[in-house]
Amino acid sequence: MLRFILRRLGLALLVALTVSFISFSLLFLSGDPAIAIAGESANAEDVAAIRALYGFDRPMMVQYGDWLWHALQFDFGVSYYFRLPVADLISERLSVTMTLGVCGIVFALLTAVPLGVIAAIRPNSLIDRIALFLSVAGQAMPSFWFGLILIVIFAIQLRILPASGADTWQHFIMPTIVLGYYAMPAIMRLTRAGMLEVLSADYIRTARAKGASEGRVLFKHALRNAIIPVVSLAAVQMGFMLGGSIVVESVFALHGAGYLAWESIGRNDLPTVQALILVFALFYIVFTFLADVLNAWLDPRMRSA
Amino acid sequence: MTAFPDALEITGPTPGQQLRRRMFGHQGFMIGAVFLVLLVIIALLAPVLAPHDPYAQSLSNRMVRPVFMGGTWEHPLGTDHLGRDYLSRLIYGARVSLLIGAVAALISGTIGTALGVAAGYFGGRVDAVVTFLINVRLAMPVVLVALAVVAILGGSLSVVIGVLGLLLWDRFAVVMRASTLQIRGREFVAAARAVGCSTPRILLSEIMPNIVNNLIVVVTLEMAHAILLEAALSFLGVGVQPPTPSWGLMVSEGKNMMLFEPWLVLIPGAVLFVLVLAINLMGDGLRDVTAPENRN
Repeated sequence: MLRFILRRLGLALLVALTVSFISFSLLFLSGDPAIAIAGESANAEDVAAIRALYGFDRPMMVQYGDWLWHALQFDFGVSYYFRLPVADLISERLSVTMTLGVCGIVFALLTAVPLGVIAAIRPNSLIDRIALFLSVAGQAMPSFWFGLILIVIFAIQLRILPASGADTWQHFIMPTIVLGYYAMPAIMRLTRAGMLEVLSADYIRTARAKGASEGRVLFKHALRNAIIPVVSLAAVQMGFMLGGSIVVESVFALHGAGYLAWESIGRNDLPTVQALILVFALFYIVFTFLADVLNAWLDPRMRSA
Repeated sequence: MTAFPDALEITGPTPGQQLRRRMFGHQGFMIGAVFLVLLVIIALLAPVLAPHDPYAQSLSNRMVRPVFMGGTWEHPLGTDHLGRDYLSRLIYGARVSLLIGAVAALISGTIGTALGVAAGYFGGRVDAVVTFLINVRLAMPVVLVALAVVAILGGSLSVVIGVLGLLLWDRFAVVMRASTLQIRGREFVAAARAVGCSTPRILLSEIMPNIVNNLIVVVTLEMAHAILLEAALSFLGVGVQPPTPSWGLMVSEGKNMMLFEPWLVLIPGAVLFVLVLAINLMGDGLRDVTAPENRN
């Protein structure tokens, strides 16, 4: 087990390093950042001065090493736009995104798992059909459009929910539904498939044969085994959702890290964008690592993989 | 003396016939296919079908309501904030969505299939490198990276297609790798190797025909994915640029008038939803039809 964890940890670190390099070089391609910072009225001397001040005149690898060294100490430089440390900006905004992400995944699990279980117990029933419809629709639903529809219904027509902002818990209801619905189909399908497979297993027949009640069979014997892959999928989905929250946050003007990313891209604020790509990637890497370890812990067969 | 049964009766329907029979009998697949074919025809015939020029502005005719909300048949789905005919823009928008979906899926499919088949067939180091690349790619937040790159290079149809094509190859690589792993150990591959077939020949004429069904399924699903992402990028203002009629852009332009004219947002989003739904239904159906043993 320890060997497994160490190997996965090494892999995760390598992935993180590669992502950091890609996100750095990606924005390096954007041409001369000094011109962007100096603004349109600057002359050649100003640009040269800024280039020297920020160190853009050094070779790319030196700049990357420097950036990485500081990033390891949670120093992502200074935002071109806010003139504030990027790390402070992000940590301030991240709490909103994390809240949204946690609410979203909880919403997704609370709807997907019961639906998936019922759908598996009664295949081809009405509830199975509804669950299938919800998951097919969810995969085709553009999340920005779904968000706008909710705003039209609940904020404009019924006037019971606020349309934008992040001041109260009511502000989080619609974003949670939109983000959660994005993660729901995959979780529901996996729950249903897992339950169907487990329910046809021999030990379930044995449990029934020895007279265990149906509820006990379903929850103690079946769901416990079917839920294992769902837990790790939920962790992976959580990583995806944080990255996908950009769209949802911009629809609801929720001032989280995703919204910050969108604004920063519009403002050409490279240090902030670089740091945010890295932060979102790290979240995904951490969540998938946790999912792998959890899987290996619950199911020893996975440790050899 | 009894008559010999017909040769056809003994062998039964060919696999191709069976496949076609299953396809026509699959409800989801047929619904999806009919809608998709319809939308493709509409996109191809856009110049014939569109009642107006999708770019022609008419400032005296701004935000005319659709016919079912009290408008006239002159503009069946009304006009937008610049007085452009909404139906015509929707029809031309189908071209943008389908083009982006198809070309992005083609690019990412080529990259992903090459990586996945190589990883599955050669195994060892090649596999380790490809698996690592897949992990790296999955860790990159797609929307954020696409936003950043499009913002740097400037939004245009070809940039959006290129970025999505270079980003969405992960599922191709994962599925093609797994499919190749299943095929690689089979007797006919060993036989081809034994008679001295070259590696490219084995890959192209022994491996590929056996995994092409899975490939087509992923192509459809990734096409839907690319279409949704383009719409999201255009909605955020860094995708296809105005005045090109893109459905995501139309939702974004209608957003400001949403309080009084919600149909400006509802109509293009609904069309987008139907297109993606149709492609997904077809993809799911194809998966059921080509691998009936994996249903559920």
